[in-house]
Amino acid sequence: MYNPQLNAQGELIHLLTTEGLPRRVLHQILDKAAEFVSGGELVNQKFADLAGTSVFNLFFENSTRTRTTFEIAAKRLSADVSSLNIQASSTAKGETLLDTVHNLEAMGANLFVVRHSESGAAHLIAKHVKPGIAVVNAGDGRHAHPTQAMLDMFTIRHYKGDFTNLRIAIVGDVLHSRVARSQIHALSTLGCPDIRVIAPKTLLPTGVEQLGVHVYHDMAEGLKDVDVVAMLRLQNERMAGAYLPSTQEFFKYYGLTPEKLALAKPDAIVMHPGPMNRGVEIDSAVADGDQAVILPQVTFGIAVRMAVLSIVTANQKGLL
Amino acid sequence: MKNIHIKNGQLVDPLAGTEHAGDLFIAEGKIVGVGSAPAGFVADEVIDASGLVVAPGLVDFAARLREPGQEYKATLASEMAAAVAGGISSVVCTPDTDPVLDEVGLVTMLRQRSKTLDLARVYPVGALTRGLKGVEITEMAQLHEAGCVAFSQGDVPIADLQVLYRAMQYAANFGFELRLRPEEASLVNDGVAHDGPYASRLGLTGIPVVAETIAIAQITQLMRATGCKVHLARVSSAAGLELIRAAKREGLKLTCDVSINHIHLVDLDIGFFDSQYRFDPPLRSVADRDAIVAALNDGTIDMICSDHAPVDDDGKLLPFAQAERGATGLELLLPLTLAWARANKIPLPQALAKISSTPAKALGFDAGLAVGNRADLLLFNPQASWYVIPDKLKSQGKNTPFIGHEMIGKVAKTIVKGKVVYSA
Repeated sequence: MYNPQLNAQGELIHLLTTEGLPRRVLHQILDKAAEFVSGGELVNQKFADLAGTSVFNLFFENSTRTRTTFEIAAKRLSADVSSLNIQASSTAKGETLLDTVHNLEAMGANLFVVRHSESGAAHLIAKHVKPGIAVVNAGDGRHAHPTQAMLDMFTIRHYKGDFTNLRIAIVGDVLHSRVARSQIHALSTLGCPDIRVIAPKTLLPTGVEQLGVHVYHDMAEGLKDVDVVAMLRLQNERMAGAYLPSTQEFFKYYGLTPEKLALAKPDAIVMHPGPMNRGVEIDSAVADGDQAVILPQVTFGIAVRMAVLSIVTANQKGLL
Repeated sequence: MKNIHIKNGQLVDPLAGTEHAGDLFIAEGKIVGVGSAPAGFVADEVIDASGLVVAPGLVDFAARLREPGQEYKATLASEMAAAVAGGISSVVCTPDTDPVLDEVGLVTMLRQRSKTLDLARVYPVGALTRGLKGVEITEMAQLHEAGCVAFSQGDVPIADLQVLYRAMQYAANFGFELRLRPEEASLVNDGVAHDGPYASRLGLTGIPVVAETIAIAQITQLMRATGCKVHLARVSSAAGLELIRAAKREGLKLTCDVSINHIHLVDLDIGFFDSQYRFDPPLRSVADRDAIVAALNDGTIDMICSDHAPVDDDGKLLPFAQAERGATGLELLLPLTLAWARANKIPLPQALAKISSTPAKALGFDAGLAVGNRADLLLFNPQASWYVIPDKLKSQGKNTPFIGHEMIGKVAKTIVKGKVVYSA
């Protein structure tokens, strides 16, 4: 099937979603990222992969962490980086998304890192950029956040070695989560045999089981004997939409506490994409505990983003 | 006015349910002879219809003409030209213009403008509430006198049931028909696609089927309470159709339509967020689409409309949820109806009834080929194929999911009021 992220040779030219990417491409990203990590730390060295490449960080939605890690990743690869906070500038003046993109193309952009509140925004941009320009999705609406998912895959592989014998639980607001969707597709492709989602019915998308997950509404059942617990962030706005009665009740039934974590395997790891709401989806004792790998995730995030930027740039150059 | 002799055509009469070869004679805007000319008939013009179907002009039950207020999307002139190029001789237009068709003066102006153009006939549907705001009802009786054939809310359902209840009582008082799109707004919320696995996958907010079924249940209850005649516009779901089937069986004065898009397309067609597939109501599942086709075949769905909505490129070159809804349809009504008929082995007279005689009956006239019927006619080649190419469409709206698709069935001539208004 046609996949707008791949060229005719099946090489990655944009990263828009983890859905539909072959296992070989996911492994390529993870293997490339591993070159930038040594002993659990980033290799302290600059690389020339993106020398002469102009990277534009186009953030139509607030983000500190993702934008910063993309900036660091691009700079470590010797790119020229510009970051635009678009909310404050052009769209407020009525410029459309594609107008903004075409203007930046005219300024010599080679690669766009895009975050947008609407699902499909990165696909739209990728469809309309000039040939040779790469688009990396840094989060679009509820749809996808592929670099976050890939850094999660990197983290899992780092601690667990392999995916084909793992039981993984994704916990929390799956309905609104682009992270969960991207994790599910990546885990499926990488061969994870038991992917679970745990959430109240109001926070699960219709037909979620058709994504290939087992659905649980009870933490005690869902967490039993899992190897990885992937927590999701809960936004405060969810109370207003009648999704939940209160953060307290959510924490009581779906928050990750040491007692609930004890139901998982003793060596289970706990991940969180950040920023965390302590006392809402995760207890501080877990967030700061031995099983949490939340800070290594941030470190690996830079390596994975370096890998993605490097791969799509090389493949786009191959096109020209 | 010319006397026209249309010879050697295949006469398809959806009203009588017949189809046979023969000649047709028209004079003074009416059909004056079928098979043989009336005594003393002298033709001013002879049209050779060999290889063509001769049928009543199409009646499109719902089209947005955009004028007044949105001339950058379409004008009455461009859309009337598109209508006749699509074989449509009568267009029912929706009240959701800017300003909204909620005052006599606006309706009079629209009718005057369309009369001057002298292409297709225009039947305005008046706004049910002022500004379509769902608060105060319009002067329905006076709007009716000015030419409104029915009343509707366009795509903005009335949120307050008290207002809908009163509006239905008031309309029933005068015997007016309401055309309502069954949709419970609070369940649509910010939804943009059918609430199902595919929208979940794309991260698009879903519009659940219950948004439609609850509205149908409310409307049918209010029909029982008020005796108001209602036409349900753009039904989209299997469950909704089941409720309509039951209501009709019970004897409620209920009719309904479906758009050409919903007969052929489903949510999966959205693919990678293709905004050409953004519709209200949303394209639903394959099972819903199959139920729509079955309901057309068994008569639960009375008619098919173009649901014509000219949208400019700027309105579509946006992320899916922000893109404007709808597609151009006037020039696709005939071939997309024929495609349904071919796939389901529906005889031509029955197929054309869905887009001519049945909606015409609702407007109060006979769309047939009998002596005395209007000389509003369509001549088309049922075998000729063509491709949907945006620049070749007469409508100012060039956006449709069917761009690049092959259409079978090509309009050769459209005749309105005895006059040829379109020739291919």
